[in-house]
Amino acid sequence: MTYVPPNHDGAIVRFRARYENFIGGDWVKPAKGQYFEDITPVTGRAFCEVARGSSADIETALDAAHGAKAAWGKTSAGDRASVLWKIADRIEQNLEKLAVAESWENGKPVRETLAADLPLVVDHFRYFAGCIRAQEGGVSELDGDTVAYHFHEPLGVVGQIIPWNFPLLMAAWKLAPALAAGNCVVIKPAEQTPATMMMLMDLVGDLLPPGVVNVVNGFGVEAGKPLASNKRIAKIAFTGETTTGRLIMQYASENLIPVTLELGGKSPNVFFEDVFAKDDDFADKALEGFAMFALNQGEVCTCPSRALVQESILGQFVERAVARTKRHVPGNPLDPKTTVGAQASNDQLEKILAYIDIGKKEGAKVLTGGGRAELPGDLAKGYYVQPTIFQGTNEMRVFQEEIFGPVVSLAPFRDFDHAIKTANETLYGLGAGVWTRDGNTAYRAGRAIEAGRVWTNCYHLYPAHAAFGGYKQSGIGRENHRMMLAHYQQTKNLLVSYSPKAMGFF
Amino acid sequence: MPATRVSSTEAADRLIRELRAEHGELVFHQSGGCCDGSAPMCFPRGDFRIGGGDVLLGEVAGVPFYMGGAQFAFWKHTHLTVDVVPGRGSGFSLEAPRGVRFLVRSRVLTTEELRELGEPV
Repeated sequence: MTYVPPNHDGAIVRFRARYENFIGGDWVKPAKGQYFEDITPVTGRAFCEVARGSSADIETALDAAHGAKAAWGKTSAGDRASVLWKIADRIEQNLEKLAVAESWENGKPVRETLAADLPLVVDHFRYFAGCIRAQEGGVSELDGDTVAYHFHEPLGVVGQIIPWNFPLLMAAWKLAPALAAGNCVVIKPAEQTPATMMMLMDLVGDLLPPGVVNVVNGFGVEAGKPLASNKRIAKIAFTGETTTGRLIMQYASENLIPVTLELGGKSPNVFFEDVFAKDDDFADKALEGFAMFALNQGEVCTCPSRALVQESILGQFVERAVARTKRHVPGNPLDPKTTVGAQASNDQLEKILAYIDIGKKEGAKVLTGGGRAELPGDLAKGYYVQPTIFQGTNEMRVFQEEIFGPVVSLAPFRDFDHAIKTANETLYGLGAGVWTRDGNTAYRAGRAIEAGRVWTNCYHLYPAHAAFGGYKQSGIGRENHRMMLAHYQQTKNLLVSYSPKAMGFF
Repeated sequence: MPATRVSSTEAADRLIRELRAEHGELVFHQSGGCCDGSAPMCFPRGDFRIGGGDVLLGEVAGVPFYMGGAQFAFWKHTHLTVDVVPGRGSGFSLEAPRGVRFLVRSRVLTTEELRELGEPV
């Protein structure tokens, strides 16, 4: 059954007509009194207004965060964990509603938000609730009278800039560890997808002490920049692209604060010849792993957008991969049968089409797809792209740039060494996939590929408790794991002498 | 006409002129990676620090256009045209609040152009 579009009769989701900023536990009008329209990519029409924040709003949010940081930082780990757990429960109780809202605002299929985005949001809050309870400091006995104690302390107030591809999940990846570690947060959602974060604050705002989480919406240059360059943040976290990543590091360098960055990739998905040694469940699983390039319309930093296939099975693989890709169901994101929804924005659509264009001009062969998807009725003005497979060579631009659309570029490799060399011929190193029935090959390939995560005989799983982050130009830091706490904490060392005697130096 | 690596559409030129009137001198830096990646970013000149590894591809409407050197290695056989489309962008590019976004369209440089630009053919 297709969900009724939000704000229509019978819909389970009702967006407010207008969202203010959420600062100090209250809805606060933007200082300049300006708003911008939020457009659903499903139909290309606006569905609500959102505050267009500016530096004055960032300062107000930072005031609130600094006002709250002493108390929140001293709140016991048990109480902080309890708040995170309650947030998870509240989200779980409203999971279907948030999933439909996320689908409407971002364009992603509701089958994904119901099965992945929102359950993973819940999972991450619970994971970090557990993590902070289990975290321990350290005691180092330097000699019989001298002990070094290591305590974890919050950084204080941190800034977080969230991307539009998984608006709630990316916010959860950043909020959960920051809050668990005892920080107060000023968060700036993406301007393409600001509303579900505000819907979330509507749902969970009462669970948090005022000022612990502050949300300021607006455009990057108007709200993101005053946050990222602000002297009153102790750390900045950003998910996005490389040029803005550099700019954020540059601002951070001026304030001498740490950054964590997740900047995308061009992930190789490597299929060794033995995947088709039998025509069984595993062969089918590998093909599903290939077709994952269209998950979230390819708007995933780890989109397996380079399929590297051993040449001995190339013909058979291409035939079966094309057939599998054609089984994708493009359409209305609110229909649970849809597997490929709308691209998140018009400029995103245009960019993808520009890449399909240069792919063709460079001589890559279109095996299927290769253009905009024309859908009927209300969807005609939405932003839809056909799942597209190119065949070509690794130096082509469609093999080297993150298209962020449902586009995969396929190339053959001769042997193991050729596969690894090709896989690593990229500026990025975020994700990778390896498919083989041979454990030795799987292990060696996984270790040889320069990427922060190598999915082995699986792809696109994002559980909490598995570290996620990039090699090379893909970024700095590891999210989704206890080790992310370290990116939100200071280490306090107390170096203590228990000796009553002077050292004897003077 | 001499070969170039980058040019712009009239719509992009108009927007650049408007942005320059509002923000002063500008610079483009071609991004890569996630989300708004693979799109050109337009900043007030001096705000984004051009690094030693960045390559100057040329100018569009009098605005220098740079790209990271490692990325350029994969792009140098193509010509870029800076265009503008309705959209929202993300990142800190100056045009986004106007509801438009810079975009690059590309074509493969001809043998003659590559030769003129000093690229191996």
